[in-house]
This record gives sequence, structure tokens and C-alpha cells, in this order.
Amino acid sequence: MKTRAFALALLAATPAAAQDKPVLTVYAGDYVASEWGPGPKIEAGFEAFCDCDLKFVTGEILPRILMEGEGTQADIVFGLNTDVTARARASGLFAPHGQQTGDLSLPVAWNDDIFLPYNWAETAFIYDETRLENPPSSFDALLAAPEDLKIVIQDPRSSISGLALLLWVKSVYGDGAAEAWAKLAPKVLTVTKGWSEAYGMFTDGEADMVLSFTTSPAYHIEAEEDLTKRAAIFPEGHYLLAELAAQLKGTDQPELAQQFMDWILTPDFQSAIPHANWSLPSRLDQADWPEVMRDLPRPETTLFYSEDEAESLRQPALDEWLRAFSQ
Amino acid sequence: MAAGVFAIRPAAGGAAVAAGLAALILGTLAAVALQARGLSGLGAWDWRAVWFTIWQAAVSGLLSAALAMPVARALARRRFPGRAALVTLLGAPFILPVIVAIMGLIAVFGRNGAINEGLRALGLPEFSVYGWQGVILAHVFFNLPLSVRLILQGWQAIPAERFRLAESLGFAPANLTRHLERPMLRAVLPGVWLAVFLVCLTSFTVALALGGGPSATTVELAIYQAFRFDFDLGRAATLGLVQIGLCLAAMLLTRRIAIPAAFGTGLDEAQGPQGPAGWRQGADALAIVAATAFLLWPILAVTAQGLPRIPALPPEVWAAALRSVVMALVSALLALVLCLTLALAIARGRAAWIEAAGMLPLVASPLVLGTGLFILLRGWFSTDALALPVTVAINAIMALPFGLRALIPAARTLRADYGRLADSLEMHGLARLRLVTLPRLARPLGFAGGLAAALAMGDLGVITLFASDQPTLPLKLYQLMNSYRMTDASACAVLLMVISFALFWLFDRGGRLA
Repeated sequence: MKTRAFALALLAATPAAAQDKPVLTVYAGDYVASEWGPGPKIEAGFEAFCDCDLKFVTGEILPRILMEGEGTQADIVFGLNTDVTARARASGLFAPHGQQTGDLSLPVAWNDDIFLPYNWAETAFIYDETRLENPPSSFDALLAAPEDLKIVIQDPRSSISGLALLLWVKSVYGDGAAEAWAKLAPKVLTVTKGWSEAYGMFTDGEADMVLSFTTSPAYHIEAEEDLTKRAAIFPEGHYLLAELAAQLKGTDQPELAQQFMDWILTPDFQSAIPHANWSLPSRLDQADWPEVMRDLPRPETTLFYSEDEAESLRQPALDEWLRAFSQ
Repeated sequence: MAAGVFAIRPAAGGAAVAAGLAALILGTLAAVALQARGLSGLGAWDWRAVWFTIWQAAVSGLLSAALAMPVARALARRRFPGRAALVTLLGAPFILPVIVAIMGLIAVFGRNGAINEGLRALGLPEFSVYGWQGVILAHVFFNLPLSVRLILQGWQAIPAERFRLAESLGFAPANLTRHLERPMLRAVLPGVWLAVFLVCLTSFTVALALGGGPSATTVELAIYQAFRFDFDLGRAATLGLVQIGLCLAAMLLTRRIAIPAAFGTGLDEAQGPQGPAGWRQGADALAIVAATAFLLWPILAVTAQGLPRIPALPPEVWAAALRSVVMALVSALLALVLCLTLALAIARGRAAWIEAAGMLPLVASPLVLGTGLFILLRGWFSTDALALPVTVAINAIMALPFGLRALIPAARTLRADYGRLADSLEMHGLARLRLVTLPRLARPLGFAGGLAAALAMGDLGVITLFASDQPTLPLKLYQLMNSYRMTDASACAVLLMVISFALFWLFDRGGRLA
């Protein structure tokens, strides 16, 4: 593992060989391009056949692309999230992906012709069975749990999973969401900026449960041989979160960009995703998923708002959330 | 080159640097506002954030200054083996990367921390580190070291002869306080409070990790939200303006209170006074022990978690560490040149606006600064080429206010004590810099350089906007956390902490030996 990572680093440091090749610039979230994210596998996989140089540019993707507008250097944007695509679409910067999306391995139907999901998971509360012997068996039970059950969540104003929780509560409780938040708030130990701070608090034993994803236990099982971390599965359903890729209308490498979009749904790409990103592939038969992912408990119901619903619900739901925490 | 400028015409050099700073900070704000085609109004939640920000910053400042006073006094008037090392060690929290510090505070004060274990064992109610009290606790943790150092420098700036004279006149401790210490404190404390207040004004990660919920939202978080989720640059610019307005208001307020210390010329601080015996000795010991426990325990807790795994860190982490060290060194040197130029100009005394400009970076939102630069420069350079130089420059600028707080009083004293003598000898330019300025200011310069290097080392902020394929060590830490590798992340945190601390120590030690 270490040698391979080192070899990749060496490869990255020798640009001479790649000089004459066309460059495909991919804007991606920071975690994507790190050696522990899916980036290196994607780069190696695509460069194996594209005769090009795939270059990741990392950072806050959406703000950056909106700021750069039509002058952007990006050919591909990789790692946008559902729930915030309305803004990206309204910019008019993106071109259709040109893929058939009728047979995706997503729990919801997907008919977006611009944004293409490459992996997904559902939000879930993760617990450690050695520390929490009787986890809540439903969202209702979580709301009714005693106040010394402490959970950590992420801020919906700075974190995509925090926003997903906001929409999760809204989709389960609808008009009763404010009331649900009022019940949940006393159990919230703290609200963190991003997913990683919250998850760190959970693994340190500070909190009994953390807002994360149904796929999180897979990491512990596979990488740490730790079978004690579990997702609490709620019959009310779990909210879907997918990561998306799109190509830019103004790309100077239209053929390469299209080639990349065509590659995303192939088994070659899809089979790399589960381990690299600890989430589920968007088009791969369940039988071909890694065993650890196949064996994970799955929710019966998947909840999801369309882009427009999510956009119009966000502000009112955020106000409800803020009020519940300011009592 | 720059050294030549400030040595020959300090006033002009200082004015130029200050004007550049103001242009940069206000210019980037304007660039963001222009991109948004104007400022936007603030909502009710934004105003709540503004009030919480002011409140927590004011309380954190008061507490830090009040708690630092007995500690600084004890350190100033007691001599014991390892004192110098302890003074350096106590500075550690201020230069700790925020994320590392939060890990440490949680390890000690968290639900499973030692404090709550103890309280439970005694049957006492638990202390929750989550909520406004956690924010204040963390801010005091970060800023107590800065406060102690600034007050300690005030104490050491009182020439030893004054204490000897007082001793020969048979001054009781109360008389000492009245005639020597209180005037010094009156000069130093408003500046200390202001420094802590301003640091806490732009607090972001602390409030978000320990605040417990949105009732502890700060302005900087609101700015982040405006950028990240709403892409409302107008609101971000408005909030950035509010932050700068708060800074200027606080500075105006403290300018009226601050009275500079003027003790005249004297021998060096090394022969400082010995404190009174009796119960005060016990009180001093208690102050030192309590502060040491409070400041070092969280650091030791983090170290214990992460240290064993450092050798197993992957090579990319080491590469990032090396890159970060080089960036921090360049950043610190740049900060020192700017800082000295400003401090010498401020010491000449006529330009209050120069001092105000020097403090501006403290409240300039790094997000606004970074985005503004991005908007201004992207037409000229590729952002990849910009990432590292811009990060180095911004880190140098962000460290200026801290360096200035340490340098200005020393530069004023230098000017008052040696200015006329040097003028009468017609000693100017490089000769004056080499023979008078640098030797007399070596200690605060070392301190300032150490701060700049350590803060640059631990900074995550700007690089995320400009992030390139050359990640820094803090960025690597976040990447590890984002890929579930919490144990590697804790090792990386310790590595980051050790390097930050080593950089600070090198500069600070260099300043003391010079």
C-alpha cells in the first residue's frame, strides 16, 4: 500500500512524460484527490486509456466554479452533491452527460441529464454496540430517547451531511419537523462544521451516536476489522445523498470530457468506488458489490427530495432548525 | 531590499507597508462586494451571530487578561530551575492548530475526559464543554499564553534598577504595585484585552466544534455559510465589513484607555527582581502550577494518543510537512520584515492610522481576503501557480498584529531611550539597524518570528480556496480525517504540533540568545 502510494507520488512528480498530452482538468472536492480518496485510482484508471493527463484541482468546487463563470479552466466537475444542484444548474455552465440512467443501482429513479451520480449512500446515525446496547430502533424512538443519549451532528449551513439531516427530518416529519427538532435538540451534544470533526468525536467516545452514512461501518469492518460500529436502521426511511459529476459546456477538451463521463458508469470505474470512497456504486449489480457492502444492513425506505423541493425547503427548514437550537 | 527601505526612512517604509495592508484588506473586500454587485442586508440570524461574537470575544478577553495577570507576575518575579523552558512551554496553546487544540480540550474536559471522570467519581455534577462555556474555555486556553507573554514582557520592560531602588527604599509589595506594576499594567492590559478580543472576533472552528449549536454562531461562520452554501458574496462582504467595523470600534475604545509605559533607560531585564517571600510565594507557585496544568494537560493528552503512530505515517504526510515548514519559514521572514518596518514607524508616534492598519489583518476574514485575491488575480495568473505564494503572503500578514503587539512597546522604549543618542551620533541606516535596533529588539523579534512561523504552519484557511496539488500538513490532517483515518489523523496532529512548536522555539530561543 505504502509503496504503491509512493510510486504514485513519484509519477505525479514527473510531468515531463505528460507534457505533450492533452490535459483534462477535473475540479474535485479536497478529499477526492488525496491519496486516501478515490482520486488516485480514478486518475490512474482514466489515464490508462485516454492518452491524456488527468489533473485534479481541489477546493470548494461550487463556489469556485460559480465565481469563475464561463472563464473556468475546469472540464469536469467531480463531487457535487444532490440537494445543492439547483444553483449549479441555474448557472447554465454545464452540458448534458449523455448517459442512459434508467438502470442505475440507486434506490431512487434518476432522470437528470446534466448531473451524473457516481456513488451514493444514505444518512444514518452510527453507534458502537459496545457502548450503546439498546440503540433507538426508529426515528421516533430516537426523539423519545432519554436526554443522556448524546448525538453529534453537522451544521446544515456548512456541511452537506448536515443539510441532508435537515431534509431527512423534514421528509419524515413534514410539518411536525420543528417539533421533532425541539425533541432532538437536547440530545445534540454539539454541532460541528464538517463531517470529520463529528466523526472524530464519536470514535473518541464523546458521543453515543454520530450523523454519518449507512456505509460508514464498512470502513471499520474492512480497514480495522472492527465489527462494533453499526448504522441504526430506521423504518421511517433514510435520506439519500449522492455525489455527482458533470461536464462543462465551455470545455476546451470536449472529447476527453465526454470520454470521462462515458467511463463513470462502467464497471471499471464503479468497482473502484466502494473501497476508495466508502460508499455505494451508482451502476453495479448488487452481486458485484464488495462483500462488506453487500452485507451491510439496508434501509427499507429511501427518502429523497427533488432538486427544486430541496431548494425551496432549505430556508424554512433551516429557520426551524435554528429556532429549535436557540430555545 | 526591504531592509534598506525601513532602515533608511522608517516613517516612509512604515507608511508604505501600512497603506499596502489597508489597500489589500479593504481592496479584497471591495472586490468581493463588486463581484456581488453590492452589499446585501443582514438577516435576524446574522445579527444574533454579531452579538454572540462580540459577547464571547469580550468575555474571553476579560478572562484571559485577568487570569494571565497573576501568572505573569509569578513568572516575572520568581526564579526557579526550568523557568525559561516553562515560559516557552506555556506559549504552546496559542500556536497550536485549532483542530489539535480542540482534540486536546475534549480529551481533558469532554464527556469522557479526566475532569468529568473525576467529578463523577466524587459524585459531583458534570461539566459540559459544549456550549458557550466551551467556546470561552477554548478561547481562554488559546489566548492565556498570549496574554501571559504580553504582560510578562511588560513586567520585564520595567528596568531592574527600579526594583532595586524600590527595594533600597523599603517598598512593601503594595507600594511596588502602586508605583511600578500598576502603571505598567494600565499600559499593557488594554492592549492585551484588545488582542484577545480581536482574535476571538474571527473565531470559527472553535465556536463550531464546541459551541453546542447555532446559538453560538460567530460572524466568521456566517461568512463561511454565505460563501459555501448560499454563494451570497454580497452578504459575505457585508459581514466582513461588520467585522472590520467591530475591530476599529474596539481599537478606538482602547486607545482612550491605553497609557504607554515610560520608565526611561536601564540595564537589561536579566537581572530582574526577586519577589517577596511569605504567602505570596505560595500564591505565585499556585498560579504557575494551575496555569501549567490547564495549558499543558490537553497537549499531553493529544500527544499520548498520537505519538506512537507517527513513524507509521505515509510518505505523503512527510512531504507535506516539509513543504509546510519551508512555507512557514518564508512566511515568518516576510512577517518580520513587515512587522519591524511598521513597529519602527509606529514608535515615531505620529501615525495612529499605521497602527490601525497593522491590526486590520486580525479581523479581516481570511475567507474574504482569499476570495478577494482570487477574484483580483485570476485574470493574471493561474490559480495553481498562485496557491503557495498567496498562502505564504496571507499567513505573513495574518501574523502581523501579534508580532506588532510584542514589538510596538519595545520599539517605543527603544526610540525613547536610544533615539536621541543615535540621532546625535548621526547613526542611521543599516549601521543603526545593526548596532541598535536589532540587538535591542532581538527578543520581541524572536517572539514575533516564532509566532508567525507557527501560525503559518498550522493554518488551513486560505489553502482550501486555492488548494493545489501541493497540500500542506494541516490539509493532510483533514484529508486523513475525511477518509475515516482518525488514528493516523491524531498522529498527524501531533506531528503538526511538534513542528509548530519547534519552529516557535527556534525563533524565540534565537531572539533570547541574540
